[in-house]
Amino acid sequence: MALDPMTHERELETIDFNINIGPQHPATHGVFRMVLVVDGEEVVDLVPHIGYMHRGAEKLSEFMDYRQAIGYQDRTEYLAQFNAEMTYVQAVEKLAGIEPPERSQYIRIILAELNRISSHFMFLGAFGVDLGIIGTSFMYAFREREHILDLFEEITGDRLMYAYFRPGGVAWDVPRNFKERVRWVCEQALIGADDLDKLLTDNEIFIARTLGIGRLSIEDAINYGATGPVLRASGLKFDLRRDEPYSIYDRFDFEIPVGKNGDSYDRYLVRLAEIHQSVRIVLQALDQLPEGPILPERLPRLLRPAPGEIYMRCENPRGEYGIYLVSRGTTQPYRLRIRSSCFANLSALKHMTIGHYVADAVTILGSIDIVLCEVDR
Amino acid sequence: MSLLAWGLFGVDMNVWLDAFLRLQLVVVVMTVTVMFLIYFERKFVGRIQMRLGPMRTGPYGSLQSVADALKLLTKEDLRPSTADFWLFELAPYVTFIPAFMTLMALPFMEGWGVRNLQLGLFYIVAVSGVTVIGYIMAGWASDNKYALLGAVRSAAQLISYEIPLILAVLAASMVAGSLNINDIIYLQDTVPNIVLQPLPFVILMIALLAELSRRPFDIPIGESELVGGPWVEYSGIRWSIIFALSEYALLWGMSILTAMVFFGGWEWPFGTRSWWGDFDFLYQLLLIFVKSFLLILVVMWVSATFPRLRIDQLMAFCWKILLPFGFLQVMINGIVLMYLKDSEVARDIVLFLTSSALLVAMGYVIYWATRQAPREVRVGPEYALGSISR
Repeated sequence: MALDPMTHERELETIDFNINIGPQHPATHGVFRMVLVVDGEEVVDLVPHIGYMHRGAEKLSEFMDYRQAIGYQDRTEYLAQFNAEMTYVQAVEKLAGIEPPERSQYIRIILAELNRISSHFMFLGAFGVDLGIIGTSFMYAFREREHILDLFEEITGDRLMYAYFRPGGVAWDVPRNFKERVRWVCEQALIGADDLDKLLTDNEIFIARTLGIGRLSIEDAINYGATGPVLRASGLKFDLRRDEPYSIYDRFDFEIPVGKNGDSYDRYLVRLAEIHQSVRIVLQALDQLPEGPILPERLPRLLRPAPGEIYMRCENPRGEYGIYLVSRGTTQPYRLRIRSSCFANLSALKHMTIGHYVADAVTILGSIDIVLCEVDR
Repeated sequence: MSLLAWGLFGVDMNVWLDAFLRLQLVVVVMTVTVMFLIYFERKFVGRIQMRLGPMRTGPYGSLQSVADALKLLTKEDLRPSTADFWLFELAPYVTFIPAFMTLMALPFMEGWGVRNLQLGLFYIVAVSGVTVIGYIMAGWASDNKYALLGAVRSAAQLISYEIPLILAVLAASMVAGSLNINDIIYLQDTVPNIVLQPLPFVILMIALLAELSRRPFDIPIGESELVGGPWVEYSGIRWSIIFALSEYALLWGMSILTAMVFFGGWEWPFGTRSWWGDFDFLYQLLLIFVKSFLLILVVMWVSATFPRLRIDQLMAFCWKILLPFGFLQVMINGIVLMYLKDSEVARDIVLFLTSSALLVAMGYVIYWATRQAPREVRVGPEYALGSISR
């Protein structure tokens, strides 16, 4: 006798299961929280919760001198501080009409690209941990990141919160052995990238876990406003360093690695390839690095940009990082708005995750490479 | 006959007292070994990760395990208020006791085990399968969603991988024609089983990783997604019973079993001979320990460098690859042993050839299966880089 669904409904009923991942969870890279609605192991729905890291960096900057607000950029994008500083500083420069000297432009590019490398290493290491390697990839990546951070410490005196760039240039000149140190760090970075490449790229389990997971088509990526490696992994060759060259990026020869499928594996590959490209840019910049002043002559002690507004966007390791700055002719920004790359990339998380397994949700979140401070600002 | 074969201390004594003393000895050796293994894994994984591992407690950090054990013993034994009291409290023991019971049937040296069982192999496989009940108990009782998901995963995984494990052990015991571990060891005095049966050895090692919930099969634990699986809510002494004792005791016990079944235990490579008279058991012990530690080293090496599989991939690997090949091996063994009874040399050669051929076939199937869609475009850095020289 077949079971009557009406009478046995109570016994046979299955319900979806809510799993809360975060805010304190090793997979969320900070204080992100996502509620997974799962049917067995399959993710049916995903509800992201952000805002745990909100400190009001934008509002706080409005009560600061233009130079004092540099520090908030470090704290907003804490894995690519130089890139964030560069965006802000360039916005101020454009607003105030300051032209930084050549030497400081080159120094900025070198440091920003090195910071891109260190940020991508952070991703490579953490991505391995997300996939379940107990820490081997993390340690490999951190060895190289340490070299870069040591270099930054020698230059700026700080390991994380540099506040080294200034409107008009950089705070002080780099040490005399700068070139040799950077060359050595670049060599080490290539060695480390190769180590991680050997550890992960051809690993069957790594491929099985990432290939085809979290696919994002070009159309969807554009619609979600995804930028950076997430967009390029989908196949669109869009890189602000080339398409909208800021600073002196038009002087360097480099490729833009793009993926094809837009899955987690492509995002990994694109970042791995970008390390090589960044090294290429750094080495070219080192060869061209001119002598000279690092700040323009006759820089006003207090910046009072003319009233106006500007939107400056730069290619950060995680995508387009934008600064919208409004001046009312005072010494403080009237409004400072940060366009967060991670926020836009993160918005595609739900689209990418639904239909995959719980373990894949962690993979996909890791492959976006979020910095929660930047998302929540 | 070795000294210890007559009884623990060379005297006849009450059979229960004898068993009790032997058990005590095994417990002491196991505890010390587990502590050493924890220290060893931390050092070994540290070296792989370009770290030093523990260095501060004792010379080269050798007392780190003792310090950890003391810390865990003195920690508060927390239990969630919504947890099911009895299940929660008993789950660690249900996990640990089977792991310990496997050690009882292992002959550590010639003629010396806690008990020499005629069905020793069967007993060990049967008993080690009970640990999964502890996982499910813990996961259910914790009243935690991560724990529940981990428990369900571990139920699926551990029960599935039990079958390839049994098939692998069965294939080896068919060759020996016995389930008594002593007999299996005696028959390997010249050729160890790994030569005759390479495929079951590979299957056993893979199934062992899954049974022990080690990477790449640590899906129930899943540190980066389930943050500890069934053991999320455990702390202090209970956690150390589960984690330290049962996990490493099972690892040790199963490695010794593999060393005995596939590497000839104390027999191979020296064969049965008496070098040191009554003290032969020393080199026998040494052989067993060296072989089992080499196997443990392999397990640790694999688990330090591989990412974790997903649950569906894990199950597919078991049911679509390990299981058919395990069955094939058992079937072929049966046919070979049935029709080649006369010549032992011919039998051995055919066993070696068929098993090796199956191993190659399994390798090819895995290779072929991993290169199906969505991997039709072969990936690699060149693919993302285009034509850039690296």
